[in-house]
Amino acid sequence: MAHKSMNLTLKVWRQKNAKTTGQFESYQVKNISEEMSFLEMFDVLNEQLVQENKEPIAFDHDCREGICGMCSMYIDGKPHGPWQANTTCQLHMRAFKDGDTITVEPWRANAFPVLKDLVVDRTSFDRIIQAGGYVSVNTGNAVDGNSLPINKNAADDSFAAAMCIGCGACVAACKNSSAMLFLSAKVSHLALLPQGDPERSTRVMNMVAQMDKEGFGACTNTGACEATCPKEISLSNIARLNQEYLLSSLTASN
Amino acid sequence: MTWNQIFSTSVGKKITMSLTGIFLILFLVVHAGLNACIWAFDEGETFNKAAAFMGNNWVPRVLEIGLFGGLLLHIFQGYSLELANRSKRAVNYAIPYGNKGSKWYSRSMAILGTLLLMFLIMHIYQFWTPSRLGGMMGIEKLPEATYNGKEIHNLFYEMKEEFENPIIVVFYVLACASLGYHLAHGFQSAFRTLGVHNKRYSILLSSLGYGFSIFVPLIFALMPISFLFKLV
Amino acid sequence: MLDAKIPAGPLESKWSDYKGHCKLVNPANKRKLEVIVVGTGLAGASAAATLGELGYKVKAFCFQDSPRRAHSIAAQGGINAAKNYQNDGDSIFRLFYDTIKGGDYRAREANVHRLSEVSGSIIDQCVAQGVPFAREYGGLLSNRSFGGTQVQRTFYAAGQTGQQLLIGAYQALERQVALGNVKMYARHEMLDIVMVEGKARGIIARNLVNGELERHFGSAVLLCTGGYGNVFYLSTNAMGSNVTAAWKAHRKGAAFANPCFTQIHPTCIPVSGDHQSKLTLMSESLRNDGRIWVPAKKDDSRKPNEIPEQERDYYLERRYPAFGNLVPRDVASRAAKERCDAGYGVGSSKQAVYLDYAAAIERYGKIEASKQGNDNVPKEEIIAMGKQVVKEKYGNLFDMYQKITGENPYEVPMRIYPAVHYTMGGLWVDYELQTTLSGVYALGEANFSDHGANRLGASALMQGLADGYFVIPYTIGNYLADEIYNKPISTDHPAFVEAEKAVSDRISQLKNINGKQSVESFHKRLGKIMWDKCGMARNKEGLTEAIAEIQALKKEFWSDVRIPGEINEMNPELDKANRVADFIELGELMCIDALNREESCGGHFREEFQTPEGEALRDDAKFMYVAAWEFAGESNWNLQKEPLVYDVIKPSQRNYK
Repeated sequence: MAHKSMNLTLKVWRQKNAKTTGQFESYQVKNISEEMSFLEMFDVLNEQLVQENKEPIAFDHDCREGICGMCSMYIDGKPHGPWQANTTCQLHMRAFKDGDTITVEPWRANAFPVLKDLVVDRTSFDRIIQAGGYVSVNTGNAVDGNSLPINKNAADDSFAAAMCIGCGACVAACKNSSAMLFLSAKVSHLALLPQGDPERSTRVMNMVAQMDKEGFGACTNTGACEATCPKEISLSNIARLNQEYLLSSLTASN
Repeated sequence: MTWNQIFSTSVGKKITMSLTGIFLILFLVVHAGLNACIWAFDEGETFNKAAAFMGNNWVPRVLEIGLFGGLLLHIFQGYSLELANRSKRAVNYAIPYGNKGSKWYSRSMAILGTLLLMFLIMHIYQFWTPSRLGGMMGIEKLPEATYNGKEIHNLFYEMKEEFENPIIVVFYVLACASLGYHLAHGFQSAFRTLGVHNKRYSILLSSLGYGFSIFVPLIFALMPISFLFKLV
Repeated sequence: MLDAKIPAGPLESKWSDYKGHCKLVNPANKRKLEVIVVGTGLAGASAAATLGELGYKVKAFCFQDSPRRAHSIAAQGGINAAKNYQNDGDSIFRLFYDTIKGGDYRAREANVHRLSEVSGSIIDQCVAQGVPFAREYGGLLSNRSFGGTQVQRTFYAAGQTGQQLLIGAYQALERQVALGNVKMYARHEMLDIVMVEGKARGIIARNLVNGELERHFGSAVLLCTGGYGNVFYLSTNAMGSNVTAAWKAHRKGAAFANPCFTQIHPTCIPVSGDHQSKLTLMSESLRNDGRIWVPAKKDDSRKPNEIPEQERDYYLERRYPAFGNLVPRDVASRAAKERCDAGYGVGSSKQAVYLDYAAAIERYGKIEASKQGNDNVPKEEIIAMGKQVVKEKYGNLFDMYQKITGENPYEVPMRIYPAVHYTMGGLWVDYELQTTLSGVYALGEANFSDHGANRLGASALMQGLADGYFVIPYTIGNYLADEIYNKPISTDHPAFVEAEKAVSDRISQLKNINGKQSVESFHKRLGKIMWDKCGMARNKEGLTEAIAEIQALKKEFWSDVRIPGEINEMNPELDKANRVADFIELGELMCIDALNREESCGGHFREEFQTPEGEALRDDAKFMYVAAWEFAGESNWNLQKEPLVYDVIKPSQRNYK
């Protein structure tokens, strides 16, 4: 089977490190097969750069099967590129046509500073989880897994929220650089399960406080995050977080 | 957590926006209902009486203070959120995300709100100031109308005069369009912020929101139009 | 001599006896002991979290930007546990037995039995953490079946079980970070172990953001760094998965066991061209409902839907009627290769077989129709209903297939081919998971101990978490109890200075080669040698050639590799060069091990040793041992043998017919 191949122009953000300002550079790539993934096209470009004795483009990637959440390119004005419910690594060149110019930028948000080229620092997400995104249960404390039946719908909804891969596309897409979809996915995952119940009040309060501290914006319910999320995490999780927040505030004992 | 802390987080600020927004939505219902009396086709008698009732009864007067308070809070909090949110991305994208993931009006609440604020200033100057403060500090008094021997403000006549000017009518209609778009996002967003997440209610509320954001601004827009084309 | 330190006594009570008698460290002393954990996958994250909970001062390292990215996250199908919730005859013994048999009798009985014993607690722990496992309508946990077993013991969360389990462990880890018990070093790569007087005392790590080398003290070092499948270049591993940490330990003296035992997973999306950077797995759970076939006629170029039923060869069902499409992975992979080599392969490369859901769609559709009590549902409606059921069960996998191939798997059969997936070999460890280096432990896929020559599906997650949550917290205490007498040493100690200098010299050496070829091109060439000659089928001639080729490649690498950029900055090419250099050395050892093992067992198939039907032919008389290789200088290894003793199970030829 002969696959279609294409020649493309890439406009890529280059930045030496966190301290310098960056700029766009243009590159030409030739004979790109439509069977390639977007990152494989970048591999081709990087090989080309190595051959020209130039520095290859740094970009985050690891599993290349859409689950680790490491890849993070803002492609032609959309995080993870044109396909719906997709990560950069799963985007394939079928999505483009011969002669296209593709602009690739890093995630942009103060809370995600650029480290180099397309690589950003997302440790702020880890710190949000540290603020309460867990169940405090030490190893060995558990009772039998079946001792607590859980409503199947609640378990399914919880799973749908827990599918978040922490890639940060929601922040990259949001006009306010808000991390509310990420935050609410974790709050919902745990709030929907009885295991998460004992810490539900402190969890939501502390996680929201940490999000603010990290320099993310507020949610204005535009829905850009939901439309961008590779795992289609629902906006209703944000509403659930709001409910958790409100109830926790109103029922606080002090 | 203190009350202050609760309302000063990003979520807390949104709750303020949402509560004041819902209060303003309720006011719109009352305002639209009252003004719809112009279509009683009685040269404004019903409308003027209703307006006089609202102006002379102490309950609406107290609520009015709350209304101004809520409005100011909504404006202040709205701008402060907008400024804060804008500061969270120091370097912007070369290619903006645009409408690929959200509606333009949901991202333009501050601009729409600013248009509404400009409108409100004019609107208050045109109707509220003369009605409430007419005669004081050299403010022009409203004309009076007499029903059953009682003299009350003739707001109907005032409207009729103001809306003879097509420029003002166009401005009012544009303001109603801004209101429509502001509500199209604001209505359902307010309820989301208050935590409505069940599919059942969120679908209901978003349909209601869209209906409201078309219906209410339309009623308001029809008022100056009705006067301009001498339909009342 | 290798001492596996297996406790005496009957198999069932070895672990409880061990726990009852091992040394403990009191809480006040735990606070003074620093432990280094390298890698934050299921094994690393669970170990770091649990040791933090116990009160140790833990430092955890990962090369990714967050511990949550470790490749355990990509595991799809599920995790085994001998809970017997299904009342279908499961038990600790049966899980133990299935694992030993699945591993073709090349695993240690005591370790595997312990794994089975703690498997149930893993599920309990994960449920308590809030892992949203699939549930039945009654609210209880659901199970599915997996290859190589006849009971339903696999717990799952749709096709993302690994993700959910890792997120659970990651959250537990982040909780300890928040409490100050664990200090997290993300974007750090371990580049050497520091040994003082025969004991591990720390590591040298490179900060991948600014390229600086750092010295970290620790009274013990836990290597939880996963497998080395990327030695084949193309594998289902993540791009960053590497052998470097384990290899550094190996070069410092830790024996490497059974390196040639590689698992080739039967259901992966086939290679589409030279640009291919990695292979994507389609969960083994797909074999529950899908049927695997090739055309019965050679070089049949018809479209799959045009080939009538009687002209299809469902070769797994034909060859293995008892297990059918659910035979263990090694068996399914070899059978696919056999068909393709014989000229029955499909697709443009002819290196693929079909995984067909048409029958399952129809079967599920009929079930749905009968639920409605309607016998006269038209066929199209049955198919539509069936597709809906399949979508619910496997939707995310089908979507992934469509994104990668551009084909709709609901309409045309998927094309699949085996790909490197898991490495059963790894650092040799004793019963306590300690390597031959004192104070250095290996957990999860990084060690060799539990899966023998072939791992059963849904057992990797089980082993990673067993090691981290339930084994190491006990066994490390037994070592650290004596370490309280040894004061922490300063990182200015000559051993640290020397180790850092060695690392720094090597990096400079790599950087200064200034050759012409990219790191990637060397990695691809190594992968091709390994896949062609040390892949699914191996023979003496090929392996001998491979060793010579790898040695030549190594020379070429060290004289012609080109690494752009600087040392003291973020430099992914340099990171990769460090890893590929180690992969090249490992590749050679794998071939030596494969050459040495003159038998076929599990994932190791020597063409010279097979039954007349083409099944693996073990040689228990000569090779019932763990081959543990000790590094003895460049291209030079000494073989140590750990005999495998089966007290409870009687090895027999595996039979899945």
